[in-house]
Amino acid sequence: MRKQAPLAAALLLPAALVVFGVVLWPAGRALVISFLDVDSPFPGAYPFVGLGNYADILTNPRFWAAAQHTLYFTVASTTLEVVLGLGLAHLLAAPMRFRWLFRAIVILPWALPTIVNGAMWRWILNAEYGALNALLTQLHLMDDYHSWLGADPFLALNMVVVADVWKNTSLVAFFLLAGLSAIPAELGEAARIDGAGSFRVFWRITLPLLRPTLAAVLVLRVIEAFKVFDIVYVMTGGGPASGTQTITFLTYLQAFSAQRFSYGAALAYLTVVAVLLLALIYLRLLRQQEMRAL
Amino acid sequence: MPELHLPRRALLAAAALLPLTAACDVGGSNSPDSGGEGSGEGKITALFMQQAGYSEADIRAMTTDFQAKYPKITVEPTFVAYEALHDKIVAAAPAGTYDVVLIDVIWPAEFGSKKIVTDVTGQFPAAWKTDMLGGALKTAEYQGKYYGVPWILDSKYLFYNTEILGKAGVDPTSLSTWDGVLAAAAKIKSANLVKHPLIWSWKQAEALICDYTQLLGAFGGKFLSDDFKSIAFDSGGGLEALKWMKKTIDDGLTNPNSMESLEEDVRKIFSEGSAAMALNWTYMFNAANDPAQSKVAGKVEVLPTPSASGGSPGVNGSMALCVSGGSKNQKAAWTYISYLTSAEVQNKYAKSSLPCWGKSYDDAAVVSVAPKMVAAAKKELASLISRPEVPRYNEISQILQAELQQALLGKKAPEKALADAATQAKSLL
Repeated sequence: MRKQAPLAAALLLPAALVVFGVVLWPAGRALVISFLDVDSPFPGAYPFVGLGNYADILTNPRFWAAAQHTLYFTVASTTLEVVLGLGLAHLLAAPMRFRWLFRAIVILPWALPTIVNGAMWRWILNAEYGALNALLTQLHLMDDYHSWLGADPFLALNMVVVADVWKNTSLVAFFLLAGLSAIPAELGEAARIDGAGSFRVFWRITLPLLRPTLAAVLVLRVIEAFKVFDIVYVMTGGGPASGTQTITFLTYLQAFSAQRFSYGAALAYLTVVAVLLLALIYLRLLRQQEMRAL
Repeated sequence: MPELHLPRRALLAAAALLPLTAACDVGGSNSPDSGGEGSGEGKITALFMQQAGYSEADIRAMTTDFQAKYPKITVEPTFVAYEALHDKIVAAAPAGTYDVVLIDVIWPAEFGSKKIVTDVTGQFPAAWKTDMLGGALKTAEYQGKYYGVPWILDSKYLFYNTEILGKAGVDPTSLSTWDGVLAAAAKIKSANLVKHPLIWSWKQAEALICDYTQLLGAFGGKFLSDDFKSIAFDSGGGLEALKWMKKTIDDGLTNPNSMESLEEDVRKIFSEGSAAMALNWTYMFNAANDPAQSKVAGKVEVLPTPSASGGSPGVNGSMALCVSGGSKNQKAAWTYISYLTSAEVQNKYAKSSLPCWGKSYDDAAVVSVAPKMVAAAKKELASLISRPEVPRYNEISQILQAELQQALLGKKAPEKALADAATQAKSLL
């Protein structure tokens, strides 16, 4: 059996090289850069500043504003996605005609690239000729066209949340649909025979059994939402009044627009630490599920 | 299953050592080391923008003509949005992806000092320094050196809709001052001809700074002290300009959607007939008078930027073509740049962008393309105001964009917004 080890190593080598080349090496480089003061894209000798960039970031009000926006975006979008996703999963699990068609339609938003989704919502929300303004005024819900992305920083942030929720709810719904299908129907039937209503069945049987899936998808979405960049870039460019600037957007501005590569690397590492913590929670949840399955 | 015993400790140790190996790579000269003259032939790549100025079709046509004239050089042009241009140049610099790059007037300090673009002072013919207009020459100059060749000479002009002004009984000559513009806008609004007579590009982007610069200049303000050592936009003309901008919003004269608009949005809204007056680059004259893309074609006139207490300087919004620092074919790149920037080529495409050459403005063929545009340009280009020529301009601009918007959206008083911007920007000089 031992003889297979060299072959295994040889087979693993390409993957190991790729992981080293595109993950570990850049990650290591970025960590080093975050301790230097790199202000040009060219390789060269740059002064070592230790934790200076990190200290700079943590004392900069722009960072804390961006952190607030990121946190709000993450909490608001994932909460909405999970609540709506849960409802959608139930609908898709219900026996009905053309269920395959509905399922296919629901997955469409998720299949759109984020850039396309962002551009689409920017047009829908356009203050001069956007579809939302037209719809709301034609339904007489609003007297006049409204600026969704330019008038109020907090409103703009919420509109970015809406665009994200529209796209990602379907992913959450499909995760939960898989979870729902794994729950034996007999449990619900038995509970109903014992006199439990629909709400009670959902609360006492479905939800507890769905909890592992729910937790997994929640952590996954939180990690993704925390790294939000492209939809902000396309929809608002961080404005108005920096109200939609998230940590990753600030990272991009500092690293590329301002050529403060070290500052950008340090910002990126702060994001990495936060995401790593979330990932650890996710892995632990997965392990718990495996244990239960055994 | 055969078990592969991966030495976990060794792996961990390797991972820990990784940053050290990465550190070894950092060492050298902080500048491109791969650039070279080249043979003057072969393939070169060029990075352009897909916005105001020459259109993509113009540039492709120019390039085809160039290749016909210089058959040994082939050019591969790439086009990106203005908003992506700076970052693309920076990101591509170490690899030397582009031989020729188009840069904005605000970047020579940054790109020149970091050697992202090459110093071409030695190749820059003395005659060009007298034959090109002053505002154009400044485009690629930093501390007495030339880092490129001016190609797009532009500033923001006042465009107005003749039909709306006529109906309101506004005399266009009254638009020579910003007070006159306000009075005209108020008249148009009270006559209910359009809801918001003015539209601007006040999105949190460089476009906002361009409009602000022009107003700051009109009110006699300055960005920085004359020695570039301290901030000056937080008082005097700089403050007055911001207060004026805010007032036009409060009075309902400025379209509130200005705060999410770039130049292209301004063009579209103006071309829809939803605004009576707008500040924009040269290209809007042609575009807004084109029936294929405008509902107000034939009803658009242009004037030099209005004046206030400090005169009427236009914002210098010019752009230049540069040989990138990492280019391995700098000779061919220079040949291409010399061709595109020549008076002959620029005169031919004057309809899209006015030439950088002084003589062109007396050339009957150029003037006949757009007599009114040329007349306005001749006056405005004589006095241009620059945004700060400092290496960390982009950061200062980012700060200022955010604080200007705070004031325009009514989140902060103009005084407070500019004071906050000054505090943050001070350390970047």
